[in-house]
Amino acid sequence: MTCPGIVKLYDMFRCYFLLLLCPLIWCSCFKAYKGKINIDGSSSVYPLTEAVAEEFRKQHADIRISVGISGTGGGFKKFLRGETDISNASRPISPEELKISRTNGIEFIEIPVCYDGMAIVVSPKNTFVDYITVAELKRMWSPQSQGKINSWKQVRDSWPDVPLNLYGAGTSSGTYDYFTEAINGKAKASRGDYTASEDDNVLVQGVSSDIGGLGYFGLAYFTENKAKLKLVPVKYSTESEAVFPNDSTVQHGKYQPLSRPEFIYVNLKSAKKTYVQEFIKFYLEHASSLAQEVGYVPLPQAVYRLSHLRFTRGSTGSVFENKSIVGANLLQLLSKQE
Amino acid sequence: MNRKHLISPKSQDKLFKIFAALCTGLVLLTLLVLLIDIGIKGIQRINWSFFTNLPSRHPEESGIYTALAGMVGLLFFTVIIALPIGILSGIYLQEYGKRNKLAKFIEINISNLAGVPSVIYGILGLQLFVRTAGFGNSILSGALTLALLIMPVIIVSTREAIKAVPDSLREASFGLGATKWQTVRRVVLPASFGGILTGIILSTSRAIGETAPLIVVGALAYVPFVPEGPMDQYTSLPIQIFNWTSRPQQGFVVNAAAGIIVLLLFTFILNGTAIYLRNRWYKKTAI
Repeated sequence: MTCPGIVKLYDMFRCYFLLLLCPLIWCSCFKAYKGKINIDGSSSVYPLTEAVAEEFRKQHADIRISVGISGTGGGFKKFLRGETDISNASRPISPEELKISRTNGIEFIEIPVCYDGMAIVVSPKNTFVDYITVAELKRMWSPQSQGKINSWKQVRDSWPDVPLNLYGAGTSSGTYDYFTEAINGKAKASRGDYTASEDDNVLVQGVSSDIGGLGYFGLAYFTENKAKLKLVPVKYSTESEAVFPNDSTVQHGKYQPLSRPEFIYVNLKSAKKTYVQEFIKFYLEHASSLAQEVGYVPLPQAVYRLSHLRFTRGSTGSVFENKSIVGANLLQLLSKQE
Repeated sequence: MNRKHLISPKSQDKLFKIFAALCTGLVLLTLLVLLIDIGIKGIQRINWSFFTNLPSRHPEESGIYTALAGMVGLLFFTVIIALPIGILSGIYLQEYGKRNKLAKFIEINISNLAGVPSVIYGILGLQLFVRTAGFGNSILSGALTLALLIMPVIIVSTREAIKAVPDSLREASFGLGATKWQTVRRVVLPASFGGILTGIILSTSRAIGETAPLIVVGALAYVPFVPEGPMDQYTSLPIQIFNWTSRPQQGFVVNAAAGIIVLLLFTFILNGTAIYLRNRWYKKTAI
């Protein structure tokens, strides 16, 4: 009735319990590490931290580093439970998260590591947009505009009556938090009727083929897709000059308000370990060159030096506790606290 | 009356045939376009170093070594955990359980569980295994979560396979004075094992592509080491692909395509084995 091959297979299967021995053998070939560093958090800081970890590994193969991408909020959740040593964050820690850190007794050191310019882009087919002001961006993106502002003409009279299609970051990303705070004045306040995606490549595809499209995402995604997109310079106010985002304008704070700093947060307990100290020192020494390599804008050298000083002194807490991140001068803020 | 015969039944028959063929063709065409697109993009990237390199910020140096190791480890533990529980539940429900309202209720729930979105299992696993049981973001947490995910499929296919064993076999065994356990062990299980195995392999090929629950239970993205045991951190191939597709550099898209080819190969091999076993098994038992 039954085929003999299958019966044989079934007999073999009764050795199932032998399989259970495998993990024990597997476990017994451990390699000794000097230390393990667990990092998790924002997917926008991830490329930089990955690059630093990769370079660090070449010199310190005995220190094991792993990096996750749970998002800024998800990363902080783990960080504030003491599960990770370092948290990548594309926005400063929020007041609610600070409260949790106090009840959980987690102290941390905040370190800005690079800038990310947020590019405002349209399709190359769009010939009428020469620049855009922050007020105009607000008219497009504010929650009150939902369902009402549907044409470019409604934003500026000289623009034609072309349907306005918006593309932007998904609600759980740090990019969304920053953009809404910078443009609409309040984090997470945005109209909801736009094409949202956590994957910026989807936004690139969407905007590039849509004559009435306008989107925002990290500058690196524009740089990699220059041929498919048109970059729009931003005017802070009607009188000021229209500024394109690039390394120099972002680094020197001229591209406002859409230059956002990215951070890493180090648990104070971990910061006392020598191998974490080595890693942070390495991070701040190489962040400048590696940031450029992965498509971000480095901070001024003075900020890296100051951050390292603050780290070695163990200055805990966030400098953004009662201060908005938008338009912040990092050098001033950090040195004020010293 | 007249309208009914506007198109003769014969041509209706023909039309339906063409329509059905078109539908099938459309599905196959979509699959073909996807496969060709992935193949063209990714095949150039597949070479030995792609399998042996660690993750890197340079797309051309980046490899899937640790992701592959993590995936194999993850699947190993998933199967080891889901197998006995799934098969034994199936045996109980089919051979021992009474046919009452409770059994009906359990049956409906198991079928429902098979359709629950995988990310829900991830959230359950996060609370149950990662936090409450304290396993952290280890392979074990991931494997337990995936085991929950594939368990309903294993239970259902075990029951189907056991149901297909003719009663005459059981009666013959009882007639010889065998107990129920002896009958199940020596007659029912060997006779239905092909079907059970098919179910296990198919459910494994489902588990292999799962990304959402793994992200929730804490699979990482940059893991430059092979996991050292069931309690170690890990990454998996689908996570690596997901991570690559969201990067701005074009090179990572090529890597993602290459990763997808490897993942597809795995699924094809698993599904192929399952189909082979099923055919063999049906041929032997259908007599």
